[in-house]
Amino acid sequence: MLEIFDIYLLEAVINGILLGGVLALLALGLNLIFGVIDVTWICYAELVMIGMYGMYYMVQYFGMSYYAAAPIAILLVAALGALLHFLVIAPLLDAAPINQLLATGGVLFVLQSFATVAFGIDFRNLGIRLPILAMGDMHFSYSRLLAFGAALVGMIAVYIFMTRTFTGTAIRAISQDRQIMALMGVDTKKIYIYTSALGGALAGLAACLLVLQYDVHPFVGLSFGPITFLICVLGGLGNFVGGFVAAFLFAEIISLGGLFSDLEWGYVLAFAFFILMMFIRPAGLLARRS
Amino acid sequence: MNQRHILIAVIGAALVALPFVYRDPYHLHILVLILIWSFAYTSWSVMGRFGLVSLGHGGFMGVGAYVTVLLWNHLGISPWLGIPIALVCAGALALVVAYPCFRFRITGHYFALVTLALSGIVLQVITATRDYTGGSLGYTPERTKGSHILALQFDDKVVWYLIALGVWAAGLLIWHWVDRSMSRYAMEAISEDEDAAAAAGVNVTFEKLRITVISALMTALAGALYGQYQMFISPDTVSGIAVSLQMVFAAVVGGIYVALGPTVGAIITILLAEILRIGFGTKAVGWDNLVYGVLLILFIIFLPKGILGSLLARLKSPTKH
Repeated sequence: MLEIFDIYLLEAVINGILLGGVLALLALGLNLIFGVIDVTWICYAELVMIGMYGMYYMVQYFGMSYYAAAPIAILLVAALGALLHFLVIAPLLDAAPINQLLATGGVLFVLQSFATVAFGIDFRNLGIRLPILAMGDMHFSYSRLLAFGAALVGMIAVYIFMTRTFTGTAIRAISQDRQIMALMGVDTKKIYIYTSALGGALAGLAACLLVLQYDVHPFVGLSFGPITFLICVLGGLGNFVGGFVAAFLFAEIISLGGLFSDLEWGYVLAFAFFILMMFIRPAGLLARRS
Repeated sequence: MNQRHILIAVIGAALVALPFVYRDPYHLHILVLILIWSFAYTSWSVMGRFGLVSLGHGGFMGVGAYVTVLLWNHLGISPWLGIPIALVCAGALALVVAYPCFRFRITGHYFALVTLALSGIVLQVITATRDYTGGSLGYTPERTKGSHILALQFDDKVVWYLIALGVWAAGLLIWHWVDRSMSRYAMEAISEDEDAAAAAGVNVTFEKLRITVISALMTALAGALYGQYQMFISPDTVSGIAVSLQMVFAAVVGGIYVALGPTVGAIITILLAEILRIGFGTKAVGWDNLVYGVLLILFIIFLPKGILGSLLARLKSPTKH
C-alpha cells in the first residue's frame, strides 16, 4: 500500500522524467549548434515558438491532421534555422563571440515581435486534448508520454545520423577541429548550413510536441528558453551526454519543487541549483577537473 | 582642454535651466525616462565595454526597484534609507554570483548565460512571492498626499527631471572615472588575455569583481529611481531577461566604448518607441521591438562600435592619418 504522499511523489518523479525528454531534445539541438559552429542561439526557443504557430495554423486553419502537419512544421523550422545561419551568423563568424550572442538576441526580439504583430498576443491552442492515462492512482497525460517517446526517437535518429553518415561524421570532425577540416577537403560552409538546419529541425520537433501541452503565444519561448541554456551550460556547452543528464536533473528539480510548492518555486530551485553547480563544476557536470 | 570644460559647463547649465523655461509635462516625462534609462544603460556599459557581457542586469534593476518599494510599503522605511539597503542587496547579489564566476574563470558565453540565470531567478522569485510583490500584475508604492520628500514622491516633474539629470551626470562621471583609472588598463588586459594579465601582476578576480559591483550598484539605483518615478513596477518593466536584453541592445546601438553612447542609445530607443506608439496607437504593439531587433542585428554586423562610436571614429580618423 502506497501512502497518498508517496503516490504524488512517484507521479512527480515520472512527470519529471517525461518533461526531461523534451528538454533533452532542446538541449541537444542547442549543443549541436554550439559544438559545431561555436555560437549560442539565444533565440532557440523562439524558433520553437514559430514552429508551434506553424502547427497551430496548419491544424486549425487548413484542417490538416496533426501527423501530416508535424513533418511540414519540422521542415519549416529547419529552413528557418538554415536561414538564420545564412543571414545572421555567417557574416559574424569571425566577429567576437559576444557579438554573435547579441545578434541572436536581436533575432529573439525580431521573432517575438514578428509573432506579436502577425499573430496577436492571444493564447492559442490546437484544440486537441489527448486522454489521460490512469495507472493505479497516478495520472499521466498521453501528450507527455508521446512527447517523451518522440523526443527519444528524435535523439536516437540524430545519434545514428551523426555516427553512420558521411555528413554526420564531418559534423563531428568539425566540432573537434575547425581549421584542419577545411584543409581535409570538407566544405565547412555547407556543413554549417546542414548543422543549422538540423538544429532547426530539432526545434521543430520540440515545437510539435510542446504544442500538445502548452498554449502558443509570442512569449512562450521565455518559459522554456532560459531553462534550455542553463541545461546546456550545466552539462557543459557542446557536451551532448552532459546536456542529456542535465536535462533530466533539471526536470526532476522543477517537478519535485513544484510538488511541494508553486511551480515558480520549482524554477527558482532549479536556477539556484544551477548557480550552485557553476561554483562546484564550472565546466559542466561531466567535465573532468583539470 | 579648457575649451572642453567650458563647453561641458555650458551644456550642463542649459540642461539644468531647461525645465524652468520649458514646462510641457509630456516632454519632461520623456526626458526623465531618457535620463533614467540612460543611466541604467551607462551602468551596463561600465562593465560591458570590457567584454563582460552580463544578461543579469535586469535582475539587479529588479532588486533595486522591488526592495525599495517593499521596505516602504511593508515596513514604512523611507526610500532614503531603503535605496541604500536595496543597493547593498544588489551588490551582495552581484558578489555572490560574480565571485565564483571570476574565480573559476567563467567567461564569454558562459558568463552571459550564468547571469541570464540570475535575471531568471529574480523574475521567478518576484512572481512566486506574489502575496508580497503583486507577482506579474505589478506593484505600486503607497502614495502620500502631494509631494513628500521623506517618501521620495514628487508630483512636480521638474523635481524628477533635476534628480534624474543629477544621477545621469553622476553616471557619466563614474564612466569617465573608470575610463581614466588604472582599472581600465587592467580590465582591457584581462579582456585580451587573462593569463597574460595575471602574469603581469593584475589581480584578475579583484578587478573584475570591482567593476561588476560598481555596475550592479548603479543599475539597482536606476531601478529604484524608476520605481519611485513611475510609481508602478512590474517584473516585465524592471526585471527579467527582456529588460537585460533591452539594456544590452540600447548600449550597443549607441556605442559601448564612448561615454555618451548609452545615452544616445536610450534617446534612440525611447523616441522610437514613443513615435511608433503615437503613430500607430495600440497597433504599434510589437512593432517597436521588431524595429529594435532588426536594428540590433544590422548594428552588430555593420557598425559594431555603435552610432556615436562610429561617428566619433570617423571624425577623428582624418586628423590621425
